[in-house]
Amino acid sequence: MNTVPNPAAEPLLTVQDVRKAFPKPDGGELLVLDGVQLTLIPGQIVGLLGRSGSGKSTLLRLIAGLSEPSAGRLAFHGQPITGPAAGIAMVFQSFALFPWLTVFENVALGLEAQRMPRADIRKRSLAAIDLIGLDGFESAYPRELSGGMRQRVGFARALVVHPDILLMDEPFSALDVLTAETLRTDFLDLWGEGQMPIKGVVLVTHNIEEAVLMCDRILVFGSNPGRILSEIAVPLPQPRNRLDPKFRELVERIYVAMTSRPSGAPLAGRSERFPGLGIGSVLPRVSSNLLAGLLETVAAPPFNGTADLPKIASDLQMEIDELFPVAETLQMMRLAEVEGGDIRLTPDGLAFANAEVDERKRIFARHLLNYVPLAAHIRRVLDERASHAARKSRFIDELEDFMGEEDAEQTLRAVVSLARYAEAFAYNDENEVFNLENPV
Amino acid sequence: MSRSEPFAFVRELATRWDAIAVVVVIGLLAFFAEASRGLLEPISKLSAAPLSLEPAQLPVYAARTTLRMFAALALSLLFTFTYATWAAKSARAEKLLVPILDILQSVPILGFISVTVVFFMSLVPGRVLGAEFAAIFAIFTSQAWNMAFSFYQSLRTIPDELQEAAESFRLSAWMRFWQLEVPFAMPALLWNMMMSMSGSWFFVVASESISVGHTTIALPGIGSYIALAIEQGNLRAIGWAIAAMFIVILLYDQLIFRPLVVWGDRFRLDQEQGGRVPDSWALTMMQRSRLISAARLLFFDFVRWTSRRAARPAPTLEAQPLRRTSRADLLWFALVVLLVALAAWRIARMLVGETTLQEARDVAWLACLTMLRVLALIGLASVVWVPIGIWVGLRPRATQLVQPVAQFLAAFPANLLFPVAVFGIVTWKLNPDLWLSPLMILGTQWYILFNVIAGAAAMPTELRYAAQNFGVSGPLWWRKVALPSVLPYYVTGAITASGGSWNAAIVAELASWRNVEVKAHGLGAYIAEATTAGDFHRIILGIATMSLFVVAINRLFWRPLYYYAERKYRLS
Repeated sequence: MNTVPNPAAEPLLTVQDVRKAFPKPDGGELLVLDGVQLTLIPGQIVGLLGRSGSGKSTLLRLIAGLSEPSAGRLAFHGQPITGPAAGIAMVFQSFALFPWLTVFENVALGLEAQRMPRADIRKRSLAAIDLIGLDGFESAYPRELSGGMRQRVGFARALVVHPDILLMDEPFSALDVLTAETLRTDFLDLWGEGQMPIKGVVLVTHNIEEAVLMCDRILVFGSNPGRILSEIAVPLPQPRNRLDPKFRELVERIYVAMTSRPSGAPLAGRSERFPGLGIGSVLPRVSSNLLAGLLETVAAPPFNGTADLPKIASDLQMEIDELFPVAETLQMMRLAEVEGGDIRLTPDGLAFANAEVDERKRIFARHLLNYVPLAAHIRRVLDERASHAARKSRFIDELEDFMGEEDAEQTLRAVVSLARYAEAFAYNDENEVFNLENPV
Repeated sequence: MSRSEPFAFVRELATRWDAIAVVVVIGLLAFFAEASRGLLEPISKLSAAPLSLEPAQLPVYAARTTLRMFAALALSLLFTFTYATWAAKSARAEKLLVPILDILQSVPILGFISVTVVFFMSLVPGRVLGAEFAAIFAIFTSQAWNMAFSFYQSLRTIPDELQEAAESFRLSAWMRFWQLEVPFAMPALLWNMMMSMSGSWFFVVASESISVGHTTIALPGIGSYIALAIEQGNLRAIGWAIAAMFIVILLYDQLIFRPLVVWGDRFRLDQEQGGRVPDSWALTMMQRSRLISAARLLFFDFVRWTSRRAARPAPTLEAQPLRRTSRADLLWFALVVLLVALAAWRIARMLVGETTLQEARDVAWLACLTMLRVLALIGLASVVWVPIGIWVGLRPRATQLVQPVAQFLAAFPANLLFPVAVFGIVTWKLNPDLWLSPLMILGTQWYILFNVIAGAAAMPTELRYAAQNFGVSGPLWWRKVALPSVLPYYVTGAITASGGSWNAAIVAELASWRNVEVKAHGLGAYIAEATTAGDFHRIILGIATMSLFVVAINRLFWRPLYYYAERKYRLS
């Protein structure tokens, strides 16, 4: 099956100019996906790589026919996708097995929905169970199985309906490292030997190495709104070796792609290295422990102030979903610069790493109030008021001019967490009031 | 602090929420003062100032009824904190207390009212207070058991690490109770308090106007008002009573339970992020008001002050004997056996000695009739409400609209609507054996509806997507996806509905309108008739039979079904 993809072949799936927006309560709309193009030709595994919130899972649901695009076209075998299509099956992150059905019944469910004769259902289900290495477990209930075995059921259930396209939504991310690796290898073996009935795969992941290991093409997604930043072909033959210099080079290239500025931003003076942040930027929730921890790690040998992000990620065993928000928060506060797949501490960042607690808090507070407009804004309001107190709803209302309800809540929580560490201002969650009081 | 405004200090002292808080607090005080007036008056005063059906009197009646309910709730809380704590802390006591609680939870409490009235009346002879005690006790018996059970279960499930932390800090038992056990049990306890409050409305209506044999007492309250309205056949007055009840339920829900539930949310141990934090304007008021904050601090100071005075455990590790002293165990066991034997003998003397075989057969037959009714009605309600509940639960918008209404309807005492139904039966000369039956499930069917809605709403999105992705639809979807996913929730709702319906049978099978009595054949009517006649032997026989049936059905049918559903169908 792993033939050289023939570009002239009829595409299995085409996605053109797809856009997805959700209505906001105040009447506006929240754009989660914009201008997405994708073509899947037979024999390919295409990876959708990006951080949470980049809309990659939304795109997968659009392809599965589980939700409708706001604009654009999706076609399967040239036919527009208007609902769940018979030739597209999905494997879920949380397995999504029905706990009251046995392994066999779970697998057979899709065929029963097709009203296939009983004997055929039995034959095909057992074949799928056999193929995926589950024989002997037919009568087990999902709760009796380990995570890896459960996801095998997820695979068998998807394969049994003989789909042309297999959609995988972070299928290995709920598993431990070893189990995930075994399952990936088994899947690639079956795919390479052409034992599975599928013709093409779309894989959603936030794990860069997984994408390079499995995919023929990788679409890197950016956030706010979700869009494709770049497309990277993976010309390496299977089976691939993680230690192969070419493999590492590709991983590095993807890190660079993911940390690059959005195209179109002018490159002028040094200050331009830092993305301009208005009060309306969505802030990620990051623990101050992680911020300090990353600064210390990068400042210490062997990095001495500059570190390769892939190296840091594997040293600290952090997924990019965890690492990037931390790095970006440091960048926003100008304690570090992130570019070209590297993180480099600024002089103040280095000073922070080498300082004692009180000095650290002084540096942190200065940078927070100078470079995070929302923090500066809250502090200004509190300073100006005689009571030195302000209701949370006031700031939420302001933020909701720029972002959705949940993002506003998250952003405010993020700024509270940073401000608490900096002792810049306080927040009382009980009556939802910001103030300048120090706790007793 | 810079003071740019001239009256900033006033703002500091009192917020505008204080104004609202003051009004609400003084209003509540006035309400209770009004309601508690006349408690010590002699009982003859009651007959001298008979109840009036004037709607203008309703606020006072409503106040007195509500006061009774909250007095009972306070008692229930006291009972919960002592009984359940004892059961959870002493392995010996547990063996006896928990089964007792379990039985008390499932027996028809409505039948007990008549038995207790005489006792309480004799405590404070000739005073209204005695009758009040009887009414409050009746309400208490409808509230306490599930609260105590929930508290006991919470105490048993406190995580070991928290227990060990409390131990390593050498918290005194008193401190541990207030700092660890009560907060941990709070969310479940609050939920059960709400359920209790809802359930007890049913008993208020039945317990305020008590007639046992020759004694008839009508305490001022909504319940007596309704009883009088039925006696006089005044439909308009019943309408007024329903309206008053509606307002009272709305008020205490908004002023007391919603704030409590929102406040109790913080004690949930599973700090799952992203879940919508509930909201309550009354809680906002209390938190923003400095006066109420001060009162709250005073309470916590009190807890702290008492904690300081409580004895701390010795710092040394007590040598734990490997085996309990078997002599004490034996003594305890002997005591329990003696008690049980004594009780069994009393019951036997009362029932076996005076019951003819014919009577026993009759009662059993009546119980079977009532059981048939309950089962048929639960089945009917399930057929109607399960599909509707699933439909609603899968649509968040519809859930937001329907769920509060369903919970309100479950809280609404259905016996208020009985007169309307009886009026219909009398007017159109319908068969009471058939047409009185729906009344039994009028108030309890909502438990099925709102539990099913909750179950459907809790179904994981990915599971729904999976079903959609594999094209599962139509009957297959109902059979393999929808029904199994709500089954555990449905069973929970059906158990509550079934228990409630048995209780309701006592009021529903024998109803009256003016001087016309409508009766269906069943155990409920038997107990109701025995109560009116003051025939204690028949009351006990009826209640014992009903308890036996309810407990047997629970043990043989509902509980196995519940465990099966929990094990196989619960989404973990």
